[in-house]
Amino acid sequence: MTVHSLAEGKVQRRSSPYSLQYRARKGLRIVWDYIILGALALFFLFPLVFMFISSIKNNEDQIIRDMSSIYAFIPQGSIGTQNYYDVFSQMPFGHFMFNSVFIVASIVVVGILVNSLIAYALARLNFTGRSLLVSVIIALMIIPFEAVAVPLLLVINQGPRLLGFQTWIDTYHVQIIPFIADAFSIFLFYQFFIGLPKDLEEAALVDGASRLRIYWNIIVPLSRPVFATVAILQFLTHWGDFLWPLMVTRGAEVRPLPVAMQQFFGRDPKLWGDIMAFAAMITLPVLMVFLLFQKWFVQSVASTGIKG
Amino acid sequence: MNVTPAATSPRRSQRLRGQRDTLIGWSLSSPALILLILFLLLPFLMAFVLAFTDQRLVPNATIPTRFVGLRNFTRLFVDETFHRALLNNFIFAAVVVPVQTSFALLLASLINQKLRAINLFRTIYFSPVVTTMVVVAIIWTFLYNPGRGFINAIIQTLSFGHLGPYSWLRDPKLALPAIMVLSIWQGVGFQMVIYLAGLQDIPNYLYEAAQIDGANKLQQFFYVTLPQLRNTTIFVVVTTTILAFKLFTQNWVMVQGGPQNATMTTIIHVYVQGFKQGRIGYASAITVVFFLIVLAISLSQRVFLTEERSV
Repeated sequence: MTVHSLAEGKVQRRSSPYSLQYRARKGLRIVWDYIILGALALFFLFPLVFMFISSIKNNEDQIIRDMSSIYAFIPQGSIGTQNYYDVFSQMPFGHFMFNSVFIVASIVVVGILVNSLIAYALARLNFTGRSLLVSVIIALMIIPFEAVAVPLLLVINQGPRLLGFQTWIDTYHVQIIPFIADAFSIFLFYQFFIGLPKDLEEAALVDGASRLRIYWNIIVPLSRPVFATVAILQFLTHWGDFLWPLMVTRGAEVRPLPVAMQQFFGRDPKLWGDIMAFAAMITLPVLMVFLLFQKWFVQSVASTGIKG
Repeated sequence: MNVTPAATSPRRSQRLRGQRDTLIGWSLSSPALILLILFLLLPFLMAFVLAFTDQRLVPNATIPTRFVGLRNFTRLFVDETFHRALLNNFIFAAVVVPVQTSFALLLASLINQKLRAINLFRTIYFSPVVTTMVVVAIIWTFLYNPGRGFINAIIQTLSFGHLGPYSWLRDPKLALPAIMVLSIWQGVGFQMVIYLAGLQDIPNYLYEAAQIDGANKLQQFFYVTLPQLRNTTIFVVVTTTILAFKLFTQNWVMVQGGPQNATMTTIIHVYVQGFKQGRIGYASAITVVFFLIVLAISLSQRVFLTEERSV
């Protein structure tokens, strides 16, 4: 820091006769930076604004008329919630929303419990087979879901039948149970737990506390950041899940939002106002959650990069 | 045993504690472990077995499943849809990975400046990441509307009417590039944040030393920033390449792999063969090839990483 300010001081002293010029150049640079930042902001925002503005235009003809000009981004003409009413009258949107929330919440809540428990055991208990287990978990991180989707379809369709149960096709649990345990989540927990100081736990052990109690009363309260990270990453991954529910849901009963959205989109004739209203209703709640917890979102994503 | 803990020898109590830890360790691990075995390891290994059979999704009682040797794999050699799918994945990776990676680094450098309201821009650039891919695909389908769509309008305005209108998604030459654009739009914010973390990890004294040596901003970028970001870049490149090979949702929602297989991908082929046609055996063979590609990409990361990182 000191070297830096020294160097800067020298520059300033030397250019002091031109300090006005220097400041003008610096001001110009900042203006230029904001122009670039603003242009990029437009690039990232325009599709979302386009979706939202189209969704509140009641007249389908007007949406089509406006879509090739700047009017696509201006709420003009008949503005209202007609498209939203149309979606609700044609589809059980609330039910799809419930399905998605229920499925993703189950994966996240049960997932952080199950994954953090094994990670705690791996990080803190010195047991036979521990190091082998750690290597297995790390190796499993390489397998992408897409590489198991087709055989998994056979497992969830035939497996239960072999054991005398009904097939898992068209259920909630087929969309939840396979995604609860996650090698990458375990790895994130494990990395965090091995970095925690051991003194508190050792004191608790001497006092005769059980391992589960230590996990619940000491580890969990100390590890809120990693719990938030895993929850957010699992939420981001599974909220948009498409391939698997496309294969395992047949009726509307247990179908989540992305598949419902795709089917709504696939109907002809395409009413863009209704489609954009459907899209906006999926997007806005998530955007809201993101805006509320954006620091956590950014930190979670940043922490995925530290994997080795 | 009537010995109290105090009376046991230290070594004995240590062994007892070790046994107890083994029991507790495995019981705490078992829920996750059982789920991983049943829903990840088992289907993963099954793919390698099924790839050598003619297994159907809905088994026919009169025709039992048989081992067919290498038949599924020899079929891969003459399956033109599969070749097109692999080629598309490679083209997609070859374009999207360098473009998205450099774009992410540019964005990260921009928002790493100390400017007022810079967090607002970070939030805006990241917002497509939290938008579901199905929704993204549908919005862009509307934007790519042939004739009087918004993208056509922009291109015609910028070229003073010389270019367009194009039928983006219906044109076999333009459909895949069109999908590349929205994929980058949706995904670049994720890598931007990873790069931002990498940039903030670079110690300041390196820049100070470079300044004293008279390096300008551009030189600082090439001789300090880039080398320091080496591992971050490898990570970003590897994950983006793997994502390029998993490509499915946007291509399926927008054009179902068409027109004329122009946006066909390996995973769409797996989905159509395995799920729609019920050919589990053949789809498993494609899956095996897909996995070997992903494995090769993942392992290349370990080769390129400079410093060993303990796990």
